Amino acid sequence: MSKVYIALQDNDVSRYIVEAIEEDNPEVTVIHNPAMIRIEAEGHLVVKRETVEEKLGRDWEVPELHLNLITLGGNVDEDDDQLSLTWNV
Amino acid sequence: MAAKKLSLKDKYSLLTRDLDWEFSYQDRKAAFPFEEFEGIKITDWSKWEDPFRLTMDAYWKYQSEKEKKLYAIFDAFAQNNGQLNVSDPRYVNAIKLFLTGISPQEYQAHQGFAHIGRQYGGVGARVACQMQSLDELRHVQTQVHAMSHYNKFFDGFQNWSHMQDRVWYLSVPTSFFHDARSAGPFEFLVAIGFSFEYVLTNLLFVPFMSGAAYNGDMATVTFGFSAQSDEARHMTLGLEVIKFLLEQHEDNVPIVQKWIDKWFWRGTRLLSLVGMMMDYMLPNKVMSWKEAWEVYFEEAGGALFKDLARYGITMPKYAELIDKEKEHVSHQTWWTFYTHGHAAGFHTWIPTDEEMDWLSEKYPDTFDKYYRPRWELARKLEAEGKRFYTKALPQLCTTCQIPMLFTEMSDPTQISYRDTVYKGERYHFCSDGCCDIFKDEPEKFVQSWLPVHQIFQGNCGGPGVEQVLGEYYKMNLGADNLDIKGSPDEKRWKQWKGVA
Amino acid sequence: MPVHAYTPNYTGVVRDRVENFHGNQIVYAGWDHHLMFCAAFAFPVPPTMTFRQLRDEVMAEGFEPHPEWPQIDWAHTTWLLNGESFVPQLDVALIDQGIDHKSLLRFQTPDLKGFQDAGV
Repeated sequence: MSKVYIALQDNDVSRYIVEAIEEDNPEVTVIHNPAMIRIEAEGHLVVKRETVEEKLGRDWEVPELHLNLITLGGNVDEDDDQLSLTWNV
Repeated sequence: MAAKKLSLKDKYSLLTRDLDWEFSYQDRKAAFPFEEFEGIKITDWSKWEDPFRLTMDAYWKYQSEKEKKLYAIFDAFAQNNGQLNVSDPRYVNAIKLFLTGISPQEYQAHQGFAHIGRQYGGVGARVACQMQSLDELRHVQTQVHAMSHYNKFFDGFQNWSHMQDRVWYLSVPTSFFHDARSAGPFEFLVAIGFSFEYVLTNLLFVPFMSGAAYNGDMATVTFGFSAQSDEARHMTLGLEVIKFLLEQHEDNVPIVQKWIDKWFWRGTRLLSLVGMMMDYMLPNKVMSWKEAWEVYFEEAGGALFKDLARYGITMPKYAELIDKEKEHVSHQTWWTFYTHGHAAGFHTWIPTDEEMDWLSEKYPDTFDKYYRPRWELARKLEAEGKRFYTKALPQLCTTCQIPMLFTEMSDPTQISYRDTVYKGERYHFCSDGCCDIFKDEPEKFVQSWLPVHQIFQGNCGGPGVEQVLGEYYKMNLGADNLDIKGSPDEKRWKQWKGVA
Repeated sequence: MPVHAYTPNYTGVVRDRVENFHGNQIVYAGWDHHLMFCAAFAFPVPPTMTFRQLRDEVMAEGFEPHPEWPQIDWAHTTWLLNGESFVPQLDVALIDQGIDHKSLLRFQTPDLKGFQDAGV
């Protein structure tokens, strides 16, 4: 299975998003580069609104992800509750 | 009672699909005249879906927040004299190349998306192109704003707009976009929206920008990541476009494959410039060009093509050659600029001992064998007071317009030459990839505006190279060009830092 | 199809035809396995120029910075003209020995292996 990935700007909000991703996707690899955090996973990765809200301690809408996003790889599906990245093979 | 909040899906549907209308008294084909000539068959535009389900209201909301964050950082950078915190004055030359080589192409992307956004029969595609067109305009603006601060302190930033379609090496990215923009709307989308955005812009905006951060340039890393966050949306759209075209009709598959082959090759050639920026122009190194290539082209691109295999799409043509070239192109390209340092709008230099050792370590199979000797020759000549600037003008590839500097991967000290004759005229190419592209559309590429030939035709002022550089290109000779050693940039830097 | 254009029978203007070079033609010259020069050079020269003038005056200007240039033994140098092996006639005009507009001349000096014998 190929790796999906998401890279976020290394800042205060992202740190909580990364925590949420790690909690919902225990198999991910987190790589720290200058000014950015890259998260990789085999085949599939999901960012869940509920978990991010819990970590941040405030309301958070999925499109807010774009404020801290740098790049991503994989087929995207976004709705009110989550954003997921998937490779089919 | 408060209005019920719409779900993303409902909102997308209302604010995108429902904005379309039926053509009751106009001929639909006449309204969208460019939709069919490329041979692409669309049976149902309603199958187009934006996976982010982004609507214009949300677009403005989040983009304005991005802008506020970005400009706050620009202000802080300027107020803090951020230019003094970069690693080394050599670094700034990568930013000069960014402003002159890349930012004007953001504007071309803006124009291109504005144009094709008008040409699609499907409303989802039109809205997506409108957003992308605005994004690209934002990118050129933020880049110009970020780099205008450097313009106050360093040479080489002043005439980027004038230089765009004149300077010999800037014709490379400029003609790349001219090729895409003069194609039909579907080829443009596969070229820029898919091939370029999905794999290639990542290489520019992710590892290079991380490198900018590592070299103390907060303004550049911030505009870079802010732009790339839009690119993440573009990439996703690019992938959806490909899947949409492939699902619409099986006849689209070979057409799309041909465009993928063409534009991955063209993009690979264009990115030679970014390769040298990474390996030679960043004084503090994050990763080598080869490593970046492996992560973003091989791994990310490989995953993408595996995913598309179910539609009958294969890896771009010449992928095996590209795999070998990653060991060579950055060295060959920087050597070209070093030896043409009198004709470049930025400074060039010989890598330091430490940098050469880093290159040996990162390129164990090629650097010491093929490229260290070039730098040792350059050092020898410099020590003799004969800093080497090449005296004659190079042969250019008709398609990519890059000097024919690439070598045979089976024989890395031999220049790769290809040619073809069309209607009695001979044309030269750096590679089979560029030759194939010409042969597929010779009537397009016989019009290549090759800077070297244009100089010889007398269309760029002259008669001498000095006049071309100074008067036609508007470079400040002796300040913008030549080696970093002894340059006004270097002198000012030493003054600011209080070193002799 | 020579172009995929919206306009039927579209043809492009050939930008580099010889007529545009004010009496000159372009000749490219490349020294195989000598990458001190990143690419072959392009020279605008009159078609009536002799090969000797091209080699000793025009090409020399581009190639002379190379430490091996003065060591070249022209009697043992081999040439390719547009990919075919070629024996130049020194005092014959370029055009009269088939070196026409946008021809590529490559030469090989197998005894000279470049700076540090590295093809540089």
